[in-house]
Amino acid sequence: MSITRAFQKAKEQGNGALIGYITAGDPSPEQTPKIADALIRGGVDVLELGLPFSDPIADGPTIQAASIRALNAGTTPMRVLEIAGEIKKDHDVPVVVMTYYNPVFRIGLEKFTAAAKDHGVDGFIVPDLPVEEAQDYKKTANSHGLDTIFLAAPSTTNQRLTKIVNATTGFLYLVSHFGVTGARTSVEDSTVQLIKRVQPFTAGKVPLAVGFGISKPEHVRRVIQAGADAAIVGSAFINVIQKNSQNTQAILEELEATARALKAATKIV
Amino acid sequence: MKLSSYPIDGKYGKFGGRFVPEVLMEAISELEEAYEKTRKDPVFQKELDYYLAEFVGRPTPLYLAVNLTRKLGGAKIYLKREDLAHGGAHKINNTLGQALLAKRMGKTRVIAETGAGQHGVATAIACAALGLKAEVYMGTEDCERQRLNVFRMKLLGAEVHPVDSGSKTLKDSINEAFRDWVTNLQNTYYLIGSVVGPHPYPMIVRDFQSVIGKELKEQFQQKEGKLPDALVACVGGGSNAMGTFYPFEDDTEVALYGVEAAGEGIETGKHAASLGAGSEGVFHGMLTYVLQDGNGQIQQTSSVSAGLDYPGVGPEHSFLKISNRAHYASITNKEAVDAFLTLSRTEGILPALESAHAVAYAIKLAPKMGKDQSIVVTLSGRGDKDVETIADFLGEKI
Repeated sequence: MSITRAFQKAKEQGNGALIGYITAGDPSPEQTPKIADALIRGGVDVLELGLPFSDPIADGPTIQAASIRALNAGTTPMRVLEIAGEIKKDHDVPVVVMTYYNPVFRIGLEKFTAAAKDHGVDGFIVPDLPVEEAQDYKKTANSHGLDTIFLAAPSTTNQRLTKIVNATTGFLYLVSHFGVTGARTSVEDSTVQLIKRVQPFTAGKVPLAVGFGISKPEHVRRVIQAGADAAIVGSAFINVIQKNSQNTQAILEELEATARALKAATKIV
Repeated sequence: MKLSSYPIDGKYGKFGGRFVPEVLMEAISELEEAYEKTRKDPVFQKELDYYLAEFVGRPTPLYLAVNLTRKLGGAKIYLKREDLAHGGAHKINNTLGQALLAKRMGKTRVIAETGAGQHGVATAIACAALGLKAEVYMGTEDCERQRLNVFRMKLLGAEVHPVDSGSKTLKDSINEAFRDWVTNLQNTYYLIGSVVGPHPYPMIVRDFQSVIGKELKEQFQQKEGKLPDALVACVGGGSNAMGTFYPFEDDTEVALYGVEAAGEGIETGKHAASLGAGSEGVFHGMLTYVLQDGNGQIQQTSSVSAGLDYPGVGPEHSFLKISNRAHYASITNKEAVDAFLTLSRTEGILPALESAHAVAYAIKLAPKMGKDQSIVVTLSGRGDKDVETIADFLGEKI
C-alpha cells in the first residue's frame, strides 16, 4: 500500500491516520520487526523507521538514547533497510525511513535510494535537508518512486510553505512547536492555530501530518480535530521500549495497547 | 573568480550550505539579513573598532621570535600575538562582533558551545561587557580537563550547561546548542565560536576574525616592506586560521599552512585531522570534510588540545584544500608539547596547546626556507589554561 493510499483508507473509515515512529535497531535489530508488528496490530497506518545517527540534532533525549542503543546493537543504515524489508514482507503498510542526511550522503544517494527501493521502502524523511539543499535528493528519490516527505515548522513563513508543499510528496510533516522531539504533557493552542494556518496550503494537495510532542490520545484527538490528516507519535512508543527493555513480551503488549488507544483517538467527529 | 569572493550563494565551491532543520531556516535568513545590513553600517564598524581597541587591546603585536629564529637557522619566525588579546585568545574578536550583532537584532539571550572553554570565556566576557545573558554548553569531559575555564565563565556571570551526551566534547556541545536554539529561537542568539555551521556563520566568523590577517599584513609591510612568505595557523574548526588566511587568499605568492591535530598519530585512528584523514560529509549544517565511518556515523576524535578536538572543519578550509590554495598538515600531541616547551624556554611565551601545533609546524618549516624569507605563525592563545594538561602529559606533579 502506498502512503497516499494509507491516508485515503483511514479517511474512508472516518479516521485520521496514525503514524508511528520507532528507532530501527532499538533495542536490537532482531526485535524491530516484532515491535513493528505490535504497532501495526494496534492500528498504526504508516510506520516511520528512524535510522540511528551519532549526532541527531533535531531529537530530544528519548530518541537520542534510542539511537545510541541501536548503534551499540550494531545497527547500520543497510541493516535498517533490511528491517524495513522484513516488515514489508509481513504487512501491507507503508514504511518511511527517517534519516539525517549524512549517512545517505556518505553511502551515496543513488546507492542508498536504490537499496531502499529494493527493500520496499515507500519514502524518506530527512530532517536536516531543507528544500533549498534537496534538489539532487528529490530527483533521485522520486525517480525511484520513493516519496520525499519535507517538514514545515512554526517559523515557516507562508512563502516558504508554498515551496515546501510543492516539494513534498506522500504527506507534509508539520513540526508542532519550537523544539526537539519528545513527549509533552499537552498540545498547545499555538499548535492548533498552526494547523489551521497550514491546512489551507495542503488541502487537496497532500495530507497534513503533525508530529513532535504528541504522546497521548487527547493530543491525537486535538490535532485531528484541528484539521490535521494524521498524528505522528514517536517518543511515547520509545518510552515503552526503554522502560521494558528486558521484557520483550511486556514491550509488545504495551506497545499494541498504546497504539490502539492512540488510533481510537483519530476518529473524525 | 577570486577566492576572496566566496561564499557564493552560501557555498565555497561545493562546500558549506545550510543543512539544518526547517525550524531554523527563518532564523538563519533573519541572521543573514541583519548581518548584511550591519556589516555595511559605519556606525556598527565604529562601535566594533572602539571595543577592539579599548577593550580587547588591539592591534596585537607582530613579534619577531628572534631566539627561535636563530636557533632554527632558517626563515625568520614572526608571531602574531593573539595570546595578548583580552581573555587570552583570538576568540574575543568574534564574540564581540557577534554579541554586538545580537544586540542589534534585539536578542537578549546568547548561547554558545565551547570545547577548550576559550570560546565560552570569550562569549561570557563579551556578554558581560554588553549586558547580555550568556549560557554556554560544554561537554562533561571538556569541563573536567578545563575546570579553570568553567569557573572563569561562572565568575563572568555566564551559566555553564554540562553536556553528557555522545563523546561529551565539542561536537556534542554544538548538538546541544542547536537543540536549545530550535527551542528558544525568539529571544536567543546562537553565537558559534568557529567558522563552522550553516551559512552565514562560517562567513560571519571569518569576517570578524579577519582582523588578525589585516593587522598582520600591515604590520609585516611596515617591518619588512613586503608580504610574508608563509602563514601558519592551527585548525580545529579553523577560525584563527581563516582569520589569518582570508586577507591573503588572493595573494598567491604567500603560502598558507593549516595545522591539524594528529593526536597520538594519524595511523592510530586517535586524532582530529578532518582535512588530512577525513572525507566529505554533511555535519553541523555544512558540507565539509568530516571524520566519519563508512556508514556516515561521526567518529570520536582525540587530541591533547581540547580546542582542536572536533571531527569537522570550516567549509572554506575544505574549499582551500581542494583548490590547493592552502596546505594542511598535522602535528602529534608529542610534537605539540615539545613545541610548547621550546617556545616557552626560547621566547618566554607559553602558547596555548592549540597554537603549539602551529609552532611545531613552523619549527619544521623554517630550516627548509631561506634566511631572507619569513613565516608568520598565529599564536591564537596563551597556554596558562594548559599547564595542568602539560604536567599530566609529562608525568609531573604540580
